[in-house]
Amino acid sequence: MNWDSWEAFWAMGGYGLYVWGSFGVTLLCIAGEVWLLRRHRLQTWQRLKRMKAWEPQ
Amino acid sequence: MLKFLFTVIRRDVLLAARRRGDWLTAQFFFVMVVSMFPLGVGPEPTMLRTIGPGVVWVAALLASLLSLGRLFADDYRDGTLEQMLLCPYPNTLLALGKAIAHWIINGIPLLLIAPVLGIQFNLPPEALLILVLSLAIGTPILSLLGSIGAALTLGLRGGGVLVTLLILPLYVPALIFGAGAVEGVISGTGAEAHLSLLGAFLMMSLLLAPWVSAMALKVSVE
Amino acid sequence: MNLYYYASPSTFYPLAGKLIPWFAALALALTVAGLYISFFVAPTDFQQGEGYRIIFIHVPAAWMSMFIYVVMAFWSAIGLAWNTRLSFVMARALAPTGAMFTFVALWTGAFWGKPMWGAWWVWDARLTSELILFFLYVGVMALQAAIDDPRRSDRAGALLNLVGVINVPIIYFSVKWWNTLHQGSSVSLTRAPSMAHIMLWGMLIMALAAWMYAIAVALVRARSLILERERQTDWVGALLEAKS
Repeated sequence: MNWDSWEAFWAMGGYGLYVWGSFGVTLLCIAGEVWLLRRHRLQTWQRLKRMKAWEPQ
Repeated sequence: MLKFLFTVIRRDVLLAARRRGDWLTAQFFFVMVVSMFPLGVGPEPTMLRTIGPGVVWVAALLASLLSLGRLFADDYRDGTLEQMLLCPYPNTLLALGKAIAHWIINGIPLLLIAPVLGIQFNLPPEALLILVLSLAIGTPILSLLGSIGAALTLGLRGGGVLVTLLILPLYVPALIFGAGAVEGVISGTGAEAHLSLLGAFLMMSLLLAPWVSAMALKVSVE
Repeated sequence: MNLYYYASPSTFYPLAGKLIPWFAALALALTVAGLYISFFVAPTDFQQGEGYRIIFIHVPAAWMSMFIYVVMAFWSAIGLAWNTRLSFVMARALAPTGAMFTFVALWTGAFWGKPMWGAWWVWDARLTSELILFFLYVGVMALQAAIDDPRRSDRAGALLNLVGVINVPIIYFSVKWWNTLHQGSSVSLTRAPSMAHIMLWGMLIMALAAWMYAIAVALVRARSLILERERQTDWVGALLEAKS
C-alpha cells in the first residue's frame, strides 16, 4: 500500500489540487456525456412517439 | 482543357475587377488588423520586430479567409455553379481555376502591401524580402485550402465564421513555416529549411486540394 | 457469418443494444483495475512525487483522442466510398466522445504542467497539437450541425474529417519543428526516463478502459441517431408500438 492514512491519500503529497482536479474533471466529463446521452435518447423516443400519435390513420 | 482553366480564371478576375469594393475591403482589413497589434502590445521596436512576421502572417490568413465566402457563393446563388459543374471538363479543373483566381485577386495584393506593413514592425530589408517570398509561396496554399472550406460551407447560415473555424487548423503548418522563415532570417539561422517545407506543403496542396474541393462542391450542390 | 448482414440499420440496432452492456461492464471493470493500479500499486515517483499520477488519465485520454479521430476517418472513408448510411452514423456517433477525450487530455495536461513546470499551459509540441486536434473535432461537429440536410451533412463532415486526418501528421510535424526552434529547454510532458513497468501497465489498462467506454457510448449514440433517421420505417414503428 502506498498510503499511511486517508489524509495522506487526499493530500497526494501536496499535489492534491492537481491530481484530484484532473481525476475530478474527467469524472465530470464522463458523467456529463453519459447524462447527455441518456437525455438525448429519451427525447428522441418522446419525439418519435409524439410524431406517431399525430400521424393520420 | 487549359482553355477551360483560363476561362474560369479570366471570368473570376474580370468579375472581381468590376466590383473593386470587395477585394479592397479585404486588403484594408489586412492593413487594419496588422495596425491593431502595436496599439495592443505597445510600440517598443525590438518587441515589434519579434512579433512582426507572425502578426503579418496571421493577418494574411484572416484576410484570405474573409474573402473566401464569395469564392463559390455568388455563382451558386444564381445557378452558374451547377452549370459549370455539368461542363464536360473535370470539376477539379474548375476548383483549381477558382483557387488561382482567388489568389490573383486577393493573394497578390497581400504580397504588395506586406513589405510596407513589415516596415511598420521594424523588419530589416532581408527580412522583408523573405516575408514577401514566404507569403508568395504561402498565399496560394491559403487559396487552395480555403477553397475546400468554401466548397463545404456553400450556402450555409454560419457563413464566414464557420469557414474560419474549419480551415484555420489546416493553415497551421503554413503559418509556422512562413512566419518561421522570416524569423529565421532575423535571427540568422536562415530561411531555407522553412521555405523548402513551405514549398512542399504548396505542392501537396496543389495536388490534393482542387480534387477535394471538387468533391466538396458535388456534396454541397446536389 | 455474413457481417454485411449487420450493415443495415434494422439489424444493427438490436445487435448494438445487446453489445452495449458488455462494453460498459468491461469499461467499468478495467477502470476499477486501472484506478487501483494508479493509486495503490504504482509507487511514488522520485522526481515528481505523487503529482505524476495524472498521467494515468492524461496519456490514455490523449491516445484515445487521436485513435477515435482515425477511426472516425475510417468510417468516413467507407461511407464516402460505398455510400453506406451506417458508416456515416458511426463517424457521427464517435465525434463528441473524441472531442471529450481531447478536452480531458488538454485539461489534465495543464493540471500536470502547473506543478511540474510552473505554468498552466506550456506550448510543447504534443499539447499544442492536441489543441489543434480539438479544433478539428469542433470543426467537424460545427459543420455537421450547420447543415440541415442529413445526406449533405454526413458527406461534408466525412470529407472534412478525411482532410483533417491527412493533415494531422503534417500539423504535428510542423508544431514539433516550431517547438524545437523556440524552446531551448528540454521540457517534455511525455518524457518519463524511468518509466517503471507498472506505470506502463497502468496506462495501458486505463487506455483499454477508455476504449471500451468509447465503444459503448458510441453505440448508444449511434442507436439514437438510427432511431431518428429511420423513423419512417416499419421496424421503428413496431418498436414504438411495443414501447407504448
